[in-house]
Amino acid sequence: MKLSPFLLKNFKFTLLLLAGLILGLGLTSCEKKKGASSNEANTPASEPIIIGVAGAHSGDLAPYGLPPKHTVAIAAAELNKAGGVLGRQIKIIAQDDVCKPGIATDVASKLISQGVIAVIGHICSGATNAALSVYRGAKIPVISPSATSPELTLEGQNPYFFRTIPHDAAQAIVQADFIVKHLKAKRVVVVHDKGDYGKGLATLVKKELESKGVEILLFEGVTPGAVDYSALIRKIAQANPDVVAFGGYHPEGSKIVTQARKRDIKAAFISGDGLKDPSFIKIGGKFVEGYYVTSPADISTLAMTIKVNEQLKAKGQEAGNFGLQAHAAFTALIKAIETSKSTKPEDIKTALMQNKVATTLGEISFDKNGDVVGSGFSVYQVEDSKFKQLAW
Amino acid sequence: MSTDGFQYFLELFFSGLTRGSIYALIALGYTMVYGIIGLINFAHGEVYMIAAFVGLTAAGACSIMGLGTISILIIALMAAMIWAAAYGYTIEKVAYSPLRGSSRLAPLISAIGMSIFLREYVILVQTADFVSFPSLIFEIADFKFLGGYIQPTEMLITLVSVVVMVTLFLFMGYSKSGKAMRAIEQDQEMARLLGVNVDKVISLTFMTGSALAAVGAILISSHIGQINYNIGFIVGIKAFTAAVLGGIGSIPGAALGGLILGLTESFATGYVSSDYEDVFAFSLLVLILILRPAGLLGTSTQEKV
Amino acid sequence: MLTKGMLAKELKINLGLSLWMVFLTFPLVALKVDYLDKTLVWHLDNLLWVALSSFLISGVWRYFLHHYQPKERLNTGHRFSFAEALANEKAMLFFLCLLSISPLLTSTYQTSILITAMMYIALGLGLNIVVGMAGLLDLGYVAFYACGAYAYGLLNQYYGLGFWQVLLVGGFMAAFLGVILGFPVLRLRGDYLAIVTLGFGEIIRMVLENEEELTSGPSGIANIPKPSFFGAELSYHQNILFLFYIMLAILLLAIVITRRLQLSRIGRAWMAIRENEIAAEAMGIDLTKTKLTAFGIGAFWAGVVGVVFAAKSSFINPASFAFHESAIILSIVVLGGMGSILGVVLAALILVLLPEYLRFLAEYRMLFFGAIMVIMMVFRPQGLISRMRAGYDRDPEMNAGENLDD
Repeated sequence: MKLSPFLLKNFKFTLLLLAGLILGLGLTSCEKKKGASSNEANTPASEPIIIGVAGAHSGDLAPYGLPPKHTVAIAAAELNKAGGVLGRQIKIIAQDDVCKPGIATDVASKLISQGVIAVIGHICSGATNAALSVYRGAKIPVISPSATSPELTLEGQNPYFFRTIPHDAAQAIVQADFIVKHLKAKRVVVVHDKGDYGKGLATLVKKELESKGVEILLFEGVTPGAVDYSALIRKIAQANPDVVAFGGYHPEGSKIVTQARKRDIKAAFISGDGLKDPSFIKIGGKFVEGYYVTSPADISTLAMTIKVNEQLKAKGQEAGNFGLQAHAAFTALIKAIETSKSTKPEDIKTALMQNKVATTLGEISFDKNGDVVGSGFSVYQVEDSKFKQLAW
Repeated sequence: MSTDGFQYFLELFFSGLTRGSIYALIALGYTMVYGIIGLINFAHGEVYMIAAFVGLTAAGACSIMGLGTISILIIALMAAMIWAAAYGYTIEKVAYSPLRGSSRLAPLISAIGMSIFLREYVILVQTADFVSFPSLIFEIADFKFLGGYIQPTEMLITLVSVVVMVTLFLFMGYSKSGKAMRAIEQDQEMARLLGVNVDKVISLTFMTGSALAAVGAILISSHIGQINYNIGFIVGIKAFTAAVLGGIGSIPGAALGGLILGLTESFATGYVSSDYEDVFAFSLLVLILILRPAGLLGTSTQEKV
Repeated sequence: MLTKGMLAKELKINLGLSLWMVFLTFPLVALKVDYLDKTLVWHLDNLLWVALSSFLISGVWRYFLHHYQPKERLNTGHRFSFAEALANEKAMLFFLCLLSISPLLTSTYQTSILITAMMYIALGLGLNIVVGMAGLLDLGYVAFYACGAYAYGLLNQYYGLGFWQVLLVGGFMAAFLGVILGFPVLRLRGDYLAIVTLGFGEIIRMVLENEEELTSGPSGIANIPKPSFFGAELSYHQNILFLFYIMLAILLLAIVITRRLQLSRIGRAWMAIRENEIAAEAMGIDLTKTKLTAFGIGAFWAGVVGVVFAAKSSFINPASFAFHESAIILSIVVLGGMGSILGVVLAALILVLLPEYLRFLAEYRMLFFGAIMVIMMVFRPQGLISRMRAGYDRDPEMNAGENLDD
């Protein structure tokens, strides 16, 4: 079939028009934003202070990214009602990075071009790491509620990075101590989910245990979403360990322990905060009874925390795993702006390091690397379908 | 130690057998569709996932109504099969049938698009989280079989798969529709001339393949105990690998391919490391295809110019 | 014209279709079950929406399916004409001009998105050589992309090499990997090739994940430096601008080279084996050599783009190189119309920028993305720009002096 050249040209014309339109749309949509970013140095008092919230707000990791967005929104609304800070209102801009490093850098530069003075986020360690390369250049203070990879605060290479969650190495030490001192284990199997968080934590636990002279029988990874794990379960049964330490999230955790208990493996199981989720108990049922989980200390009895939880409940939302950490990050940030009477990054940074702030996590401060002080890990055990904090 | 070693081997064999049966069951869907219209149905894994969700809904509704275990299992299975077949039929009509006769790659992209659409659809109308799936098969403790521990669900999965595959084999060999399918596989135009309703038979193929995936979905979901929108992806890729391994287009090939893949993964985990189970599986595939470019039981057609 | 009877019939069919959709979506849309809490939530209102929207969509869908006959359903392609080539050239020039000035008009964020778009164009051009021209269906293309990115990440980490030193090295390493992987699969055809390349892609990713000592595993490599500008310290904005022009230069080079290759002897050999391998072999084309060069050159561009990716995001981890990426790149090639360079450019722009501009749809974004892919294929299976083939009948001067024999 032959096409008349006219039609063909016309078709191309339409395509060009379309592409031009796409580009044009981009051009116009950013014209406005440019204006916002230009007047940073001498802002009039009427201009709001812009704070970015970045993390996974869609996709499969959204359950971790949405609660921080919600709690920060609640905290900001409350503050604005009370008159804001330094006489200025707070404006929150939320951006979705889907926890992908490639997108996180774009999101970071978008937030900077929108004139944020600080960012609360990102959620995943990988995305945070990528985004920090952008924020570092612009000297934007970043407080993550959830990125636990130890290397983020290592050697002070990110001087403007803070986090309100203790990093994984601290958690690994607590786990190893518990395994050696409380469980008195000699033979341990370490399993992970091949992921960023899971394998990172599992490797740290393994190192800690080895340095304490514990025999590591197996160090194995499972593929999340695989049809079944029975071959690995049988391998664990064969190795006959005292303790199984699993690094990863709750879906794989409950699958492994369920199959292990069905296979009559009597070893104790221990995991990190990735498993401290109500659905872990809901899905695992009777098979997860007795499971040990390390997680930040219980804060549900603090007055401030109760209030935030109630505010969330009124909106039909939940604090999730990192919502309270994000709320605390916001509180610390506002306090820093308040005490330094400035929105300049250097001043905020210094104030963050000096202040002691009462937050939803209790009274916290930051050390010289930007790691949180005052929020440690404790060990929980599943008992009667509830996480119970252990005193050991 | 030697009896211990044998018991360990036997247990890994059971694991491999279970995995292999599931791969084979899903692989049948790929292989039937490929055989008849030469298309890799990338959305097949998504049908598997949707079937699991339909099964969960049906089981939930039944258990609230207070039905017994066996009737819940049967109703969930039937519902999953019916809706999986309906989805398979609709996917074919929407995404593939308008593309018949175009280049080989267009339906592939349309399939990838369909697969993205279906995953997002389930996230939107259900949830992105993992949800608990009830154990629809009787709860019995593991028991010893030939000296190795085996889970009753594992035995059931293997058994059901074998029955389904034998039935399908007989259906393809002796029923009228089965013969029509094979006729279209050989020569679509000739079959049409001889009075076979090609469109209808293609639809039937999609529906059969999807219903088989639904059986797999219900069995494995109640074995594992949880599902989410992503479960179709890995199973889909593995089943597709199994289908190619055995020779795509061949039904006994799919069974053999699934079995070999399952056993390889299981033994790789057991004797080497689970970190590399997928590496072993794919390496085996490459090796077999280099030696037999059309898969184990596939017939390599001599091409004429 | 639509008569009253036809309209009534059409309405009836659409009504039937929407009822079918209601049946189809019933268990997932109308019911939400929690097995443990034994709760069952009904959402019957959602069903109404399904019925209404599917009634409208099926009406539009059927109307277009009947009134729009896609041109060239069959794999024939139309003849290459000079006027079209010119139109192609003009369109391309227009684009490049628009692209090259765009960073001056837009924010850093927009520039950074455009870099991503250009990266995907270059990836599409590379895969276009393998799939579009040589007809070798490669589902593991992302492995070469990863190879380039990790080449830069690792060489920088261990030996302190910079962007400029690694740019070509990354490309050649990927090309080398392409040839190595190409060898065993030479005998495989069509879909067998597809699954084996998919397997290779996954194997590469898993090796990156598991070789903790070398690649630092799933936690990835951080702090990869941006390209240096004669040793000068650049701000973030300047860095992105510089990277933009580097990527633009790479893209230009890729377009020019692919164009030249397409019309060259090797390019015609690729297309010959795509059309008919046995006939091509009979005409004296060395299959091994031709296929391996396709794999090698295709992989080269992926490697180069991989280096740029590592520099742009300054952080790489194995999860960035999953099968999903291969699928997107393949979609760019097919959506663009296999073998057409302008098509690849357009398709990459659409596929990369679309999710960006669909953000107002929020959580429905990816749903629409999937639907658009299906709709595009159903209504334009030959891609945006259909494949052009050099012919002898209309433009004898194009082929003057070029002979097929040795």
